[in-house]
This record gives sequence, structure tokens and C-alpha cells, in this order.
Amino acid sequence: MYRIGIDVGGTNTDAIILDENHHLIHAVKSPTSLDIKTGIETSLRNLLKESNIDKTQITHAMLGTTQCTNAIVERKKLAQVGVIRLGYPATASVAPYTSWPEDMVQKLSGKYALVHGGYEYDGQVLGEVDKAEITALLEEWGSSVESIAVIGVFSSIKNDQELQIRDLIHQVYGPEFPVSCSSLIGSVGLIERENATILNAALCKVIETTTQGFVQALEEEGITDAAVFLCQNDGTLMSIDYAKQFPILTIACGPTNSIRGASYLAKIKDTMVLDVGGTTSDIGVLQDGFPRESSVAVEVGDIRTNFRMPDIISVGLGGGSIVRSENGKITVGPDSVGYKIGQEALVFGGHTLTTTDIAVRLGLADVGDKSLVAHLDEDFAKKVQSEIAAIIEQAIDKMKTSSGDVELVLVGGGSVVIPDTIRGVSHMIKPENGGVANAIGACIAQISGQYEQIYIYSTEPREDSLRDAQEKAVKQAVLAGADPATVELVEVEETPLAYHPGNATRLRVKVVGNMK
Amino acid sequence: MRYLDQAAVENIAVGAAFLGTGGGGDSYIGKLMALSAIEKFGPVKLFSVDEIQDEDFFIPAAMMGAPSVLVEKFPKGDEFVKVFQKLANYLGKEQIAGTFPMEAGGVNSMIPIVVAAQLGLPLIDCDGMGRAFPELQMVTFNLDGIPATPMAITDEKGNIGIFETIDNKWTERLARVATVEMGASALVSLYPATGAQIKQSGVHHIVTLSEQIGAIITSKNRDAGDKLQELLKLVSGYELFQGKIVDVIRETKGGFNLGQMHLEGIEAFKGGEMKVHFQNENLIAEKNGQVVAMTPDLICLVDYETLSPVTTESLKYGKRVRVVGLPAHEKWRTEKGVQTVGPRYFGYDYDYVAIEELVKKAVAENV
Repeated sequence: MYRIGIDVGGTNTDAIILDENHHLIHAVKSPTSLDIKTGIETSLRNLLKESNIDKTQITHAMLGTTQCTNAIVERKKLAQVGVIRLGYPATASVAPYTSWPEDMVQKLSGKYALVHGGYEYDGQVLGEVDKAEITALLEEWGSSVESIAVIGVFSSIKNDQELQIRDLIHQVYGPEFPVSCSSLIGSVGLIERENATILNAALCKVIETTTQGFVQALEEEGITDAAVFLCQNDGTLMSIDYAKQFPILTIACGPTNSIRGASYLAKIKDTMVLDVGGTTSDIGVLQDGFPRESSVAVEVGDIRTNFRMPDIISVGLGGGSIVRSENGKITVGPDSVGYKIGQEALVFGGHTLTTTDIAVRLGLADVGDKSLVAHLDEDFAKKVQSEIAAIIEQAIDKMKTSSGDVELVLVGGGSVVIPDTIRGVSHMIKPENGGVANAIGACIAQISGQYEQIYIYSTEPREDSLRDAQEKAVKQAVLAGADPATVELVEVEETPLAYHPGNATRLRVKVVGNMK
Repeated sequence: MRYLDQAAVENIAVGAAFLGTGGGGDSYIGKLMALSAIEKFGPVKLFSVDEIQDEDFFIPAAMMGAPSVLVEKFPKGDEFVKVFQKLANYLGKEQIAGTFPMEAGGVNSMIPIVVAAQLGLPLIDCDGMGRAFPELQMVTFNLDGIPATPMAITDEKGNIGIFETIDNKWTERLARVATVEMGASALVSLYPATGAQIKQSGVHHIVTLSEQIGAIITSKNRDAGDKLQELLKLVSGYELFQGKIVDVIRETKGGFNLGQMHLEGIEAFKGGEMKVHFQNENLIAEKNGQVVAMTPDLICLVDYETLSPVTTESLKYGKRVRVVGLPAHEKWRTEKGVQTVGPRYFGYDYDYVAIEELVKKAVAENV
């Protein structure tokens, strides 16, 4: 029995095979292609050819891909979205798409309607849904929209209105028509949740091609019986059907896979991970094996959103970062020679001083021709190294939640440039196969479910509220492809809300289970 | 008179959040409301206090309630149209000559701009605090004996209430209850004032000051130290500390967000430590065990690199900040001012000493 994991990164598409005991059988890297798809096909073909395993024994195939992120950043292949916001007359002072980049609004057609509906903070009805109003709207839009985003005021407390609108849309446009409900995507904060829901709706075509392409590529290689999954940005997997409903959850799955793979290789579940690439380094934190989530609004393609994202810091430091010295002041990065390192770095006969050259000069790395950097002053090289250490130290400090020293797992192709001692780090672990940590992360992922709602503990006691939230989270996980028997609670977050009477608390639970 | 356009609004939002001293809510939704209103109705006229007539009548506009509700259910936008008419009728005034903010802060600096745009009224360059405070009686107009009522309260559904209370404490009590019933977030209008009263009791020039502060903070491609020097000069302020947040202790009591944060010195302040006590707003700053600033003087936290204002909700371990202190408006430094918003009102056992004295003392004693 084998599992295949593929991770599409900015530079490389990595593919690996694990056996049933999670032992690495084989790994390949090939350049990420412009259309993404060809790169995936090439990696897959090479992986199967070189490893020569029995294809019928492949039970699972996982894909971590940047296609959705790219579509938003490049504004390509996006659907025409209709936005329905439930809450009028409340919220009319800020219309949907306010402060969006103009070109993005054009791409999505900018159609929206503010209709009656919504709830108050305590679950009382703010406005009733007017069916005639919705039906008239859908008739007016007709075939001009390809996907609809539904956002209700305080739908994170009660979402039955959003689901009711979804049913109405399916009645009018047919059961296959893509509808994104905000309560299933973002948290409290109407504008940010609405933005995330609109982006999710806009990605319905991209995710269709992505999933079809992956299934096709597998079939062409003779893999027909494997269960196919896509990676989410919380380090868990989703089935193809689930991914089609929530494509936005694939955004930032790359760094997540890297840090999860790193922790798996290092056999540590609570740690900080530093993944050093060619141009940037990502730092993330694992809590009980899963990445810590960001607690602030996150921008995706210049659009402010609040759907869950891993808390990752990126700094402009990698194996190809350019080193400069002006008037005795040494700077490292943030610019890099990037993928041209094989030509431009001094050790490869080029003319640009990079962090890799410094590592070779100090004997930390053995790549290229070390005689080409022998002329570099050792003191200077050491100073550059302390500059590198300072950049990393500061980034690590920003990610800490307390003042104690942390353990650090170091992975990634550029990791040779990182000095052995970093202030604030108690010890550093450099696992074997760290170069394909991302694809390993994709391969070992489990299935999760999450639920968030404001509960009023005075009317619905804490125990009942917890049970309710957990049941709803388990439902989500099973829908995503988890085996109900293995699902367990991994996270409970309770935030008491100031000003709210009745002991109102925002409760968020997360469950994780094995794949069916 | 001058016009406030969208660029001005962006700057005012940032500057007012700075003067909010950690409170006043997140400015994002307020800013979007103001930008949307200006886009729809055109730029807003800003009058300086010298340009208004003594006998004319003005009504401020503000938001009351939970910031966590406002981010989910924000106003329709035209609520104040009816409210201003009702309040004018009630007061027996034929015309409202303009509106003004009640406090400086992320949300309430923006609401009057929305109202001014919507009603085509001028905004007056003054407010009732010159900073942010949590309660309705903590207003400079109150110090001069101006009653908070008649006040109007309204919601997006169209409900309107008018209160006339026996004192300003009752205003706070009744308005709080109505706000919760309206969905924990409501629009209020209180301390209606004549031009003469504004001239006498308001904190003048505050909109322009917010805009100037915002312009410095958001200016691009400049060294943070240079920006800070310009900012300190503008507000007659002091850089009290540069540090990293190493601990935040919080509790919620009576609807307020109380607590203290500990900072460990960095850069020029390495080796030192600072403790800042807050109750929604930052109230007391202690450097190496000695108080260097206390309410009503302003204690503002800004991001170390960008100088963006830091609200108390967003405090977390590891954040690098600069602590800036500035003198409060002179009205707050009177006996009645200190009684209303001084350290003892908030439960800290200190006699109020002006920041100028405290800083001088700290320098002399090399704290």
C-alpha cells in the first residue's frame, strides 16, 4: 500500500511516495510549469518510473497546489460572481466590493444585492428573508452570474437563512450551481468574511479544472483506484467534492505542508519550523502537530479577508539572497538571484555575492567551487553571518508567545546559510529529507472539521454549547472525508465577549480524524 | 473652510486611532463608511471653530456599543437624517448648522464625517475629549456644566429614542440599556451645543491635528525615527519607551477590557522595562517602577517600525512598540477634569502629576 503526495511550489513541483508505515520510498523534483498541470504530470511520471512500484497498490493521492492563489493574484480564470448580502437596511453604509482593487471587481462583474434578512448578535431575527425578493433577483441576474456568494449579518451565530437562500438558488438555477455561504467560510467580521466568500465563489472554475486535471493525470498514469484529496491550509485534507465547495481553503497550503512535513521528519509535534528557500524563509509554529492560525485579518491578492490562515512570517532571506557592503554596513537581501543561483553565485563562477557563498567560505556548505570564495575575508563572512542570524532571530521572536527559548526544526533547500547558533533557540534540528518536507506534509495529512459560533451560556449552558459545536465540527469533518469512528476533538477556543449580556462567548472547536 | 476628501479621511482615521490611546475601536469599518459616504455624496466641508456663529446650533454624532458588533452589523448610513430633524424639533431649533465628533478614536472620528456627507452639513474642527474615554460624562462639555441631554439614540431599523435625564450619569445608564436592546450597537447624539459653547468648551483643531498625525504616520519611504521626531514636535510629546511586549494580563469587568502589559526595553531602551495599565484606553505608564505618564495625559502605543497605532485588543507577545506620551488638553488638567478622568477615578492610587513634570523628574533621576 502506497500514498502519493505532490506539492506545487513557486519553483519546484515535488512528488513523493510513502509506504503504509510512512517510510519514504522515493522523491522527485521537477520545475513548476507555467500551466501547473504539465509540471504535475512530469513529476508524477518520473516518480512512478523511477520508483517502479506496483501502481495498483496506490491507495491515496494528495495534491497541495497554488492554482487558486495564482488565479487570485493573476486575476485569471475567475467566475462571474453575484453577491447577496442579507441584512438590509443594516450595513447599507458599506457596499460589497468597497476598497477592492478595481480590476478585480471588473473581473468578477461587481454584481451585488442588499436584501432583507440577517440576525442580531444574540440570535434574534434582524430581518426575515423575502422569497419573492430573492426570486426576482435571480431572474434578473439570469445567466450573467456563474457563482453566487451569500452573506448574512451574524450568520456565524445562526446560518439557516444563508442555507435557505442556497436552496432557493438551487431551485432556480439547478442543484449543481455553485453557491458559497459565508457562515461556512469566515468568522465574525462581515466585510472580511464577505470578501473571503466572494473569493471562494470566484474560484469555482479554477478548482474544477485543478481537480479534473489531477484526476486525469493520475488516470493517465494508470492510478484509478486511489482516493484523491486536496491539501488545505490547516494541514489537513479535503475530498474533491469538498474542495469544490471550499476552494479558498487551499490558499497557503504550501508553507503549511512544509512545516507539517518538517515536524513529521523531526518527530516533534510542538515546535517552530524554519523553511529556507531560495529567496524567502517561512517561519511557522506547530501546536500539537498543526500550524498555529493567524489571529489577524489576512490580505489575499490585496483583499482583506478573515478565513483561517496559518500564522506564517516570511522574511527576505534565502540561499540566493544578495549580500552587500556599503560604507562598512552589511546588508543581506531581501533581493535574491533566485533560480539563477547556479549561474550568478560566486561559487558557481558568477559575479554576485550571495548567502550561499558566505556559507561555503565558512565551511558550512560544500557546493560549487570553494576556491572562488577563498579571497573573501573571514571576519567579513562572519559579520554577514551575524547579520543573517539577526534577521532570523527577530522573525523567530515575533512568532514566539512567551520569552523562553524554542526548539527549531530547519528544512528547505537554502537551509545551509543558517548559522548553527541563533539567539532564542535552545537547539536546532535538521532532519533528513528536509528538502521534500512539503510533499511529505501533503502525504501525511489527516481530515479536519471546524465550527465557530457565539453561544449565550446563560441560556445554553457551556457543556451543551460545547457538545453542539463539536457535533457540528464532526459533521464538517465527515463531509470532508473523515472516518467518523476516528474523529477526535483537538482544539477548543473560548473568547468571552465584552459588553454582551448573558455571558456570551465565541466558541470555536476543531476536530481531526483519519481518512476513510 | 476646507474640504475633506478621501485622502484626508485615510489620514484622519490613522491620526484619531493614535489619539485613541489604545481604545476607540478598530478604525477599519468606520473608515470604509466614511470613504463610501464621500464617494457617494462628495467631500465634506470642514469649518474651524473661528468660522462658526455663536448663536448657531450644532449636534455631534457618535457610535455607542460593542466594537465586536459593529464589525458585523454596521449602520444603514442615513439614520441621522431623521434623528437630526427630531432633535432640532425637540429643541425648538429650525436649523442645525453642523456636526462634530465626540471623541478621537478609530470609529468615532469617522461617524461624524459620514453624517456630514449624508446631510450636506459642515463638520466642525473640534471634539469633546481630544482623545478617547469610555463613559458619556467624560466630556469637556460636561466639565463646563453643559448637560448631555436632550440626547437622541437610533438604530438602523429606524427606532428613535430621545432622553432627557436629571444628570449625565443617568444618561450613561439609560443609553447603555437602549443600546443593548437595539442590538448592542447604536448611533447617539448628545451634548447638543451652540457655537458659543463649542468655542468655550470644545477641544479645538482636533480633526486637523488627527489628519496631520495620520499624514506623518502614513508617509512613505522615511526613517521611523525621523517620522517620530516630527510627530513628537507636532503634539509636544515624549518618546517614553521602545520595547517588546513580553506579557499581557487581561480581564473583562463590567463590559470593559482591563489589564496591564509588560514591555522589555529594546534598542536605546535596552535593559529597561515598562508597565502600562489599561482600561480600554492606556491609563498609566511606569518605567522601571516609576510613573512617567498618567491619565488624562495620553499614552499612545505605536508599532516600532511603521508607527501605526496599536489598539489594546491587538496587544500580543513579541510586538515591538514605541510608547509615546503627550499632554492632555488643559481642560482635563483642571481640578474637575482630574476628578472626572484622573488616576483615582479609574482606581489607581496616584495624585495626578503632569507628564512634563514626570518626564523631567525621570530624566533628572536617570530612571
